[in-house]
Order: sequence, then C-alpha cells, then structure tokens
Amino acid sequence: MSLGQAVASDRQLARLLQIGVVLEEMVEASAHHHVREREQALDEPVAALLEEAATESARHRERLEALIAELDADSVAYEEIQTLVEAQYASDDEFDDVLYDQLCNEETAYKFYDDLLGALGATDDDPVDDSLADETAFSIDRDRLVATLREIRAEEADGVETVTDTMERRA
Amino acid sequence: MNTADQYLKAIYLIQEVEDGPASTGDVADALEVSPASANEMIGKLEGRGLAAHEKYKGVDLTDEGIVRARDALSNYCIIERFLANVLDVEEFRVEAQSLEAVIDDTVAERLDRLIDRSEQCPDCFDADTDACALLELEEAGAD
Repeated sequence: MSLGQAVASDRQLARLLQIGVVLEEMVEASAHHHVREREQALDEPVAALLEEAATESARHRERLEALIAELDADSVAYEEIQTLVEAQYASDDEFDDVLYDQLCNEETAYKFYDDLLGALGATDDDPVDDSLADETAFSIDRDRLVATLREIRAEEADGVETVTDTMERRA
Repeated sequence: MNTADQYLKAIYLIQEVEDGPASTGDVADALEVSPASANEMIGKLEGRGLAAHEKYKGVDLTDEGIVRARDALSNYCIIERFLANVLDVEEFRVEAQSLEAVIDDTVAERLDRLIDRSEQCPDCFDADTDACALLELEEAGAD
C-alpha cells in the first residue's frame, strides 16, 4: 500500500493519464449517445452544449495521448470505452437527466485533474513544488506536463460552470 | 482516497483477519509507516469518532468508521477491477495500491460505470490476500 499522494514514476504517471483519457472518452461517448438517442427531444442549447463537450473532450484526449506516447505507453481505444458506456446506458435508466449526467462527467474530470496536480505538487498556479519535483524524475518535461494538466483542469471548471448555468436557467 | 480513508481500510482489513482489535504495529506495517505516524493518525480517527483505541489492545473501528472503511474498500475494488478488466493491466493489484491515493471517490464512482462489480462488494474482498476473491476466480476461469 502506498500512503500519501506522490506520483513518482513514468509508469504510474502513464497509468493516471490513461485514466484521464478514459474519463474524457466517457464524456465523448455520453454526449454522442444523448445526441443520437434524443435528437428530436433535445432543444438547441442543450444539443450545442453536448456537441461542444464532446469536441472539447476529444481535444483533451489528444493532448493526454501525446503525453502518454512520450512516456512510451499506449492509450485506450475510444471504441472500447464507447462500447462499455453504451452497455451501461442500455442496462440502466438512471441517466435520463442529460444535463445532470453531463454535470457529473465534468465534475469528475475536474476532480481527477485537480487530484493529479495535487499529487504532482502543482495544485495552485504557483511554481511547481521543487521538493516533489526532486522525487519525480519523469522522462517528459514536468513543467509542460503541469501546464497541460492545469489548462485542461481550467476548461473542465468552465464546463462545470456552463452546465450549472444552463441547468439553473431551465429550473 | 485520502490518508484517513487508507488508514480506515487498513484497520478494517486487519480486524477482519484478527477478528479483534488491530494493533498499532500491524497498522503501521500494512501502510509502511512508522508506529509513531500510525499512532498519530489513529488518535485523529478517534477524535473524529471513527475509531476507539485501547492501550495494550489496539484499535477498533466504530460503526461510522466501519461504514467509511467499507466505502474506501469498495473504491479500492473498483480501481483493481478497472485496471484488470478495462486497461488489461497484468499487475493490477500492485498498481491499484500505487494509485489508490490519487483516485478520489468521485472518480472511482465514475469508473464503476465501466465495470461489472458483484453486489457482494466489498464482502468478496479477501483480507488475507489483500485482493478481491471474485476477480481471482474470473482470472482462473479465463485460463
């Protein structure tokens, strides 16, 4: 068991970035599912929000995949996650509320990147914690890694805000 | 999973094996920390009403502590099963241990949507081997 939150190796980092890819793929697959299944029922603002969420997640996924490739690891095929997400929707009618489902997706992604940055000693926008940097010699540039994760986290925070605003306007 | 939850999970599993209080030394060994660190955190858990410590006997989880420990154990099982079944990680147990501190409840709940977890969870977790017994069976069956 590993106590504490340090990410200390390429392998551990690559695995966490793979989890990030899966979370992004879940957002993409969910958004596509809702748009496809409810095309007529969705009003224009919600459909546009879902399309934008899917596009943004695909962009995040590509940025994570670039980092994973530099760590000499493989990404996770979108089709595999899409199949699992579709199976979940088919077996569970819990996700009728499209906006709430989307909010959960965005919040989960934000929390994941926030925790990962915390484990890298880079939660705030301050310079990276050098004491942790000494313990974590990744084969990719640490500053670029942190900058990428911070940018993605900020976009997830915006996403949470957008969905929340949309939900409140419709309340 | 935060540090307190990792302690609660470790104490819970030791109690399952011992069928009684968990000694501070065993908790420290399980978490690879010093007995002093374990003592300090056990004191904090006691202060939060999650555990009761008795000198010379060890630590017992309260009912509230057991609920939190079981939630933490369920999240750990999700990570283990996700690594094994979705990412096809061969050494999923070792990796789950190294990742659990970074994977929050919210994230674990989301990953849970991608896996088939038994309704027995976390009772199917084998404290002796520190692994899900059902995941072991599935592997054996697949061979």
